[in-house]
Amino acid sequence: MFRQAQWNEPVIFKLGGKGRRGYSLPNVEDEMSKLVGNPADKLPKAIKRTQMPRLPELSEVEVVRHFTRLSQMNYGVDLGFYPLGSCTMKYNPKIDDALAGVAGISELHPYQDEETVQGILEILHTLSRWLAEITGTDEICLQPSAGAHGELLGALMMRACHKFNGNADERTELIVPDSAHGTNPASGTMAGFRIVVVPSNQNGTVDLKALKSAVSGNTAGLMLTNPNTLGIFEEEIAEIADIVHKAGGLLYYDGANLNAIMGKTRPRDMGYDIVHINIHKTFGTPHGGGGPGAGPIGVCKELAKFLPLPQVAYNEKSKRYYLDYDKPHSIGKIRSFYGNIGVLLRAYAYILSMGREGLEEAAEISVLNANYLLKKLGAIRGFELPYAKDRLRQHECVFSAKPMYRETGVRAADVAKRLLDYGLHSPTTYFPLVVDEALMIEPTESMEKEELDRFIEALKKISEEAYSNPELVKNAPYNAAVTRLDEVKASHPKTMALSWRMHENRNVIKSASS
Amino acid sequence: MPKTHVHPYIPNAVPETKQQMMKQIGIKNADELYVDIPQKLRLKRKLKLPKALSEQEVMQHVTSLLRRNKSIREMPTFLGAGCWTHYVPAVVDNIVQRSELLTSYTPYQPEISQGMLQALFEYQSMICELTGMDVANSSMYDWASALGEAVRMAVRINNRTEVVVPKIIHPDRYATLQTYIEPLKMKIKKVDYDRDTGLLSLESLKQQVSDRTAAVYVENPSYLGFIESHVTEITETAHDEGALFIVGVDPTSLGVLKAPGDYGADIVVGEGQPLGNHLNFGGPLLGLLACRGEMELIRQMPGRIIGMTTTLKGDKTGFCMALQTREQHIRRERATSNICTNEALCAIASATHLALLGPSGLRELGETIMMRTEYAMHKLDQIEGVKAPLFKSPHFKEFTVNFDKSGMKAQTVHKALSRQLRIQGGKDISREFPELGQTALYCVTEMHSKDSIDQLAHGLRAVLQGER
Repeated sequence: MFRQAQWNEPVIFKLGGKGRRGYSLPNVEDEMSKLVGNPADKLPKAIKRTQMPRLPELSEVEVVRHFTRLSQMNYGVDLGFYPLGSCTMKYNPKIDDALAGVAGISELHPYQDEETVQGILEILHTLSRWLAEITGTDEICLQPSAGAHGELLGALMMRACHKFNGNADERTELIVPDSAHGTNPASGTMAGFRIVVVPSNQNGTVDLKALKSAVSGNTAGLMLTNPNTLGIFEEEIAEIADIVHKAGGLLYYDGANLNAIMGKTRPRDMGYDIVHINIHKTFGTPHGGGGPGAGPIGVCKELAKFLPLPQVAYNEKSKRYYLDYDKPHSIGKIRSFYGNIGVLLRAYAYILSMGREGLEEAAEISVLNANYLLKKLGAIRGFELPYAKDRLRQHECVFSAKPMYRETGVRAADVAKRLLDYGLHSPTTYFPLVVDEALMIEPTESMEKEELDRFIEALKKISEEAYSNPELVKNAPYNAAVTRLDEVKASHPKTMALSWRMHENRNVIKSASS
Repeated sequence: MPKTHVHPYIPNAVPETKQQMMKQIGIKNADELYVDIPQKLRLKRKLKLPKALSEQEVMQHVTSLLRRNKSIREMPTFLGAGCWTHYVPAVVDNIVQRSELLTSYTPYQPEISQGMLQALFEYQSMICELTGMDVANSSMYDWASALGEAVRMAVRINNRTEVVVPKIIHPDRYATLQTYIEPLKMKIKKVDYDRDTGLLSLESLKQQVSDRTAAVYVENPSYLGFIESHVTEITETAHDEGALFIVGVDPTSLGVLKAPGDYGADIVVGEGQPLGNHLNFGGPLLGLLACRGEMELIRQMPGRIIGMTTTLKGDKTGFCMALQTREQHIRRERATSNICTNEALCAIASATHLALLGPSGLRELGETIMMRTEYAMHKLDQIEGVKAPLFKSPHFKEFTVNFDKSGMKAQTVHKALSRQLRIQGGKDISREFPELGQTALYCVTEMHSKDSIDQLAHGLRAVLQGER
């Protein structure tokens, strides 16, 4: 059986010893130091550091060993199945990482003369055209650092558009379905909108009646992912777009689920005005344990003038790529410089590796894999399929462990933890909110049938365990680096330790009072 | 035999497997997977994209494009202004390329993600030691967005309507702050500076700060490289009016500069890129955000925070995400921020770099940068027609170079350096600060040897004399 490394690796502050160093700097040339002395010594008292930061003191080999041990207590796509729903944890091609490490990208400064960065500008410009083609939009902004950053920018596009038309004061409401990702309402709030939630109907899709009564002269727009978070395609999307547009609102596409439909249909063709793309999901760039990602947005012609500065552009006459700052209606900046270029370069290489047929095949197989799981998992005791039982799903499927919970006391969270013991990452749990005890499963196109079967077998066994020995599942995991953690303790004001210094100070207080 | 078209990344694309799986789910052809998409919305043609290339072809094609770039390794470069060249030790690249870390997702299942969680906790803890804060989050996108988030955080705490910032601030940071707080309908008030020293004018500061001020923001070192030493007075002015004090930092300065927490900062933001992260044409970057330990501040923090805890059995230490009820996936429209994907791996790079440096290494790094900066200012100031720096204050890593007396435009000097001598000079800031005349912002780090600085001085002299 699977067993993760258990190194019991101490916190780095407890390692090493006084005087050790992991890296030495080159000496300052004698002539230089004679001339300038040590300016740091002459700093004004008010600003001079007298107490050194309490960083650990380790030799190089200790640093390497520490972080290598830590890495062995982590699970990534390269180790196995990672079916987190809505996260599209597909294979991250090694060639893309190799290219991102080349000095011709990693050692470029953003303010270098344009003459010296024509290669990367061409890559970014071409990537923009490709993303526009995939989404059907007219203009792309590559700058957002993440999906949620793209959402914020998208919501700000709505705001800019309504302001331009002179009705920003009325267009104050942003509509999101109850099945939406949490980032949607959070991004809307940041952009200054009031959030109006519309319920899903019995099919798990947007309830048109509810939407009709939610829209008004106050509607700024609707944010909607399609296929939605249940993995169901919103087949009434044309009608939805019509309702929103007739009310004077804009339609925003949350690109988290784009992987299912590449080459099959395009958000703009469905009626969307603004689209974000999760590069670190659909285009195979590694997620790095939480980031960096990239969340470009695509917009229709009418909105292009509001995009942030600068845009990567091409001058036909001089045959030169350049950064275009001449955009008087731009909303300005949402971050420094031009985007997460190291991530975007990988996406460029990925699209080249896949080609148009490959991207379409990826979409198709991701849907096929999800439906294969849908078919097989539906037969396992304790799980039920909420919504549209007779319909196929797109890139993901959501099961409910409600029957299992009712009959054995084993919850979705327990199933998730037990899966870790089988060397498989768990699905997303308790999301979307419209499903009780949700297990949201997205296999992606990267998993071979045998790995899918292994996952199915593991869930079968866990179901058997739940009905025969529920405590076994409830106390899982046993084979991960640690057993189940006390997450309440981690967040309680009296016990939390959010930094080593906070932990130490608390210990001081504790020992003083005891 | 025809070449097969099964893509190396898609194992189940083998026709037999595909057929077998389709049979199991009861469909005959793949198009049936998409019956829910109305026909009128289907794309009836192929995407207009290139055909697939083999790995070898991708490698050749992309590297040939990248060869059209000239990296800073091929030409002496003195650009900084928000993205700085530093040596990245081999150990750092090695660790962040560990595929267990690189290919993992946000650690939602902590028991199987202890490596990432502990490393991020260590990153947070080291940032706290550097800044003198009690809590740091596990990253924001960059300094600019961290500043936007920090000001929004201040407003959630004290519900005020204005923010006070220095007139000398990076234009991207200013513009990003504007974007982030525009929906709150807040006012940004700018504080003037002393023309001799560059330091914040305390008089102007007092005029701008009032009981409407949510936060006072300063940068140390400042955008133009001088060190802001009036920190005690600024803290007092901010706190007297009940405003929060936010300080923006370059962490490589914190081995020589006092921790902002030691001069009264409530929130610290900054750019972590110079610690272990490559330039990458300006991204990814690493936004720092840290604050004091009061619950009223912590509860309003944006972003992910990793906490130390124990197993439920209590037998072992472990790590997990803490205070998740602030975040979008739980709190939705009432979340403290919408951030989800962040810059975690860049934070690991910074933690690894800091672990290698240790306290004495960080100190040495700061001292080296200051010595080289001082030397460069000295060398350039000796050139006829050049004044470097404009401000009579200590500088760190960056400094202003003024060409007014030479009669040449900063842009002309830059172009001549670049075209004739293949040197990338500093960033022309004469349009950002017209009152400073023809001025550029130069950057010198531990990467700039005496030879390269001398080469710059020599080049500048040649350019300026050549024009006469």
